[in-house]
Amino acid sequence: MKVGLFVTCLVDVARPGIGFAALKLLESAGCEVVVPATQTCCGQPGYNSGAREISRTLARKVLAEFKDCDYVVAPSGSCSGQVKASYAQDLFKDDPDRAEFEKLAAKWYELSDFLVNVLQVQSVPGRFEGTVTYHDSCSGLRELGVKMQPRFLLSMAGASVAEMAEAEKCCGFGGTFSIKLGEISTRMCENKCASARATGAKAIVGGDLGCLLNIEGRLRREGDHETKVLHFAQVIAGDG
Amino acid sequence: MQVQSMFFKRRASEKLADGLLQANMRKAKGKFVDARAKAVLEFGNWEPLRDYAAKLRDAALADLDAYLVEFERNATRRGSVVHWAETAEEACAIIVKIAQDNGVRKVTKSKSMVSEEVNLNERLEAAGVQVVETDLGEYILQLAHEPPSHIVAPAIHKSKEQVADLFTEAHGKPRITQIDALTREAREQLREHFLSADMGISGSNFLVAETGTTLTVTNEGNADLVTTIPRIHCVIAGIEKVIPTLEDFACLVRLLPRSAIGQSITNYLTLTTGVKGPGDADGPEQMHIVLVDAGRTKFVGTDLQEMLRCIRCGACMNHCPVYQNIGGHAYGWVYPGPMGSVLTPVYVGIENAGDLPNAATFCGECAVACPVKIPLPDLMRKLRERQFDGHLRPWSERVGLHAWGWLAMRPGLYAFATGWAARIGSWLGGRDGLIHSLPGLDGWTKGRDMPAPSGRTFRDLYRERQGKR
Repeated sequence: MKVGLFVTCLVDVARPGIGFAALKLLESAGCEVVVPATQTCCGQPGYNSGAREISRTLARKVLAEFKDCDYVVAPSGSCSGQVKASYAQDLFKDDPDRAEFEKLAAKWYELSDFLVNVLQVQSVPGRFEGTVTYHDSCSGLRELGVKMQPRFLLSMAGASVAEMAEAEKCCGFGGTFSIKLGEISTRMCENKCASARATGAKAIVGGDLGCLLNIEGRLRREGDHETKVLHFAQVIAGDG
Repeated sequence: MQVQSMFFKRRASEKLADGLLQANMRKAKGKFVDARAKAVLEFGNWEPLRDYAAKLRDAALADLDAYLVEFERNATRRGSVVHWAETAEEACAIIVKIAQDNGVRKVTKSKSMVSEEVNLNERLEAAGVQVVETDLGEYILQLAHEPPSHIVAPAIHKSKEQVADLFTEAHGKPRITQIDALTREAREQLREHFLSADMGISGSNFLVAETGTTLTVTNEGNADLVTTIPRIHCVIAGIEKVIPTLEDFACLVRLLPRSAIGQSITNYLTLTTGVKGPGDADGPEQMHIVLVDAGRTKFVGTDLQEMLRCIRCGACMNHCPVYQNIGGHAYGWVYPGPMGSVLTPVYVGIENAGDLPNAATFCGECAVACPVKIPLPDLMRKLRERQFDGHLRPWSERVGLHAWGWLAMRPGLYAFATGWAARIGSWLGGRDGLIHSLPGLDGWTKGRDMPAPSGRTFRDLYRERQGKR
C-alpha cells in the first residue's frame, strides 16, 4: 500500500516533528510512505482570501503530485477538508477534471481517520501518562467528521482525555483571520484556553497546527509555560 | 438604520472592552444554543426537515416573480392593497402617505426588521406620527434610542438592571428589577397605545401566495393587537418572504421557533387575510401590504441567491463565535452575525462593509445550525472573491497573496525561502522559542506570542534522513 504523506506547509516550516511523527505512525503500521519533494501548500489560504485562481493552480499541483498514491494522508483536518470538501465540490465543480479531484478526495484522509478507519490500528508506539484535553478543530470536525478517532488513539497511548467545555468551539485561528481581526481572534482563543485549563489537563492536544500555535501562543502570553500543547501524532508516536 | 459597518473593527474593539456587554452576552449565549440543541434532539427527524425546507425555499425563489404576482392577486381579492417599493425611500414614502391620507396620529408596531432597514420610524416621526414599538425588546430599545442588536431578541445586549433604569426614567414609577414585574409594567404602558392607535404596522414572517395571507410569528401576542385593533393595518415585508402555499408554512414553522430559541411551538401565530368583512367582529377597515425590494433582487440569479432562503431565525448568530464575543451592534447595520456578513455588503455596498465577509474563521457552526441550509461560509467566501477580484482589499494583502501563490508554484525557490524563514523565525524566538512581537504580524502578537519555528524545515530534515538511508 503506497501512502503519500502531505506534510502541510505549516508543519514543514514550523513543526517538522509532527511530520516525522506521522511518518513513524504510518511506517510502523506497515505502509510504504512516499513524500513528494515538490509539495508546498493545498491552496487554502488563497481560497479563503478570495484568490480562487491561485488556489485552483495549487490544487492542480497537489493532484499531480499524489496521482500515483493509493492513499494520501495529512496530519491536518484543515488541509484535508480543503482537498476533500472544496476541490471537486467547488473549485472544479464545472471543470472537465472534476472526476480526477473526486478520486483524490476519495483516497485522501486526515491522519487519525486513516489510522483508525483504514489501517484499523490496534496499538500505537507512544505512551503518555496523565490527562490531556482535546480541541476539535473546525474543518476536521464539521467537514470530515473527525471526532472520536483522535480520542481513541490517545486512549490507546494510555492518556486519559478530560473533555473541556465547548471543545467544538473555534479557537479563533481561522488562517489570516488571526492577523486581520487579531483582537477578536485573541478573545476567542482566550476563551478556548480558559475552557482547556479548567480541565486541569497537563496537555492540550489537537489535530491542526494552526490551532495549536494559536493556543500555545495565547497560553504563553498569559504566563502559562507549563501546559503542553501537542499534536496528537506526537503523543501517539511517542515524540511528545 | 444608518450604516456603520465600515467601522466594524473599531466597534468590535470597543465591544470587546465593554465589560457589561461582555457579561450580558455570556449570560445569553448558552441559553439559545442549549435550548436549540435540546429542541432538535427532541424533534428527532431534523436533517430531512432541513433538506425539505431548503428545497421549498429554493422552489419559491426560483419562481419568485410569479408567486409575488399570485400573492398580489389573492391579497387584492381579499380587499388588501398591495404596494411595490423598489427602494427603502419608496417604502417609507408609501407608508407615510397612507398615514397622512388617513389622518393617522399614532402607530403601533410589531417587530419588523425590514422597517429597521428602511428607517421607517424616523420617517413617520418626521411626518408628525407617533410610533410605539410593542415587542418588549423593541420597546426597551425605543426608550434607549438604540437599534436592535439581534434579529429575534433585539435587546439581548441589555441586562435587567439596565432595563429597570430605562423604565424608571420613562414611566416615572419606582424602580423594580424582577423580569416579570418589568414585563407587567411594559404591558400596562402598551395597553393604552394598543387601544388608541390609528394604524398598526407589522412585519411578516411569510407571505402566502395561494391565499394572499401574511403570517406573523410572535411570543408576546402583540402582533394580534397591532393587526386587529387599529382601523388601518399596514404590513411591510421583503419580497423574498413569499411562499407558495400554507402547506409550506407547516414545514417552516416547525423549524423557525426551534432554531430561533429552542421552542417547539410559537406562542402566537397571526394570520391576516384582507380587511374586516361584513359579519366580522373586528379587523381593520384598510389593509396595505408594502412589498420591499431594497437590495433583495441583487441576490436573484447570482451565486449568492441561496441567502434569500433565510427565514430570520437568528441561529447563525447565536452559534457564531465572533458574534458571541462582540454582539450585534459591532456589525454596524440591521443584520448581525453571519447572515449580516452576507446581507449587509450586498444591500449597502461591499465597499461600505468590507470587513464583514472577513469577520469569520469559517468554523462552519452557522452552516450546521441554519434551518434552511444556507452555506453561509461559502457565501462569505464568494464575497471575499468579489473583493479580491475588484481590488477592494488592501494592496498589501493582494500583493502578499500573489507572491505566496507564485512562490508555492516553484518548489525550489519555495524550499529556499521557507528554509530561511524557519531559521530566522527560530532565531527570533530566542531561548524561550517565542516571538513576542513582529512587525506586520501585530494583529497576532498584540495578544499572543508566536511560537517560533523549530529551525529546520521538514523538507530539509527528510532529505537528510533519506540520504543517510
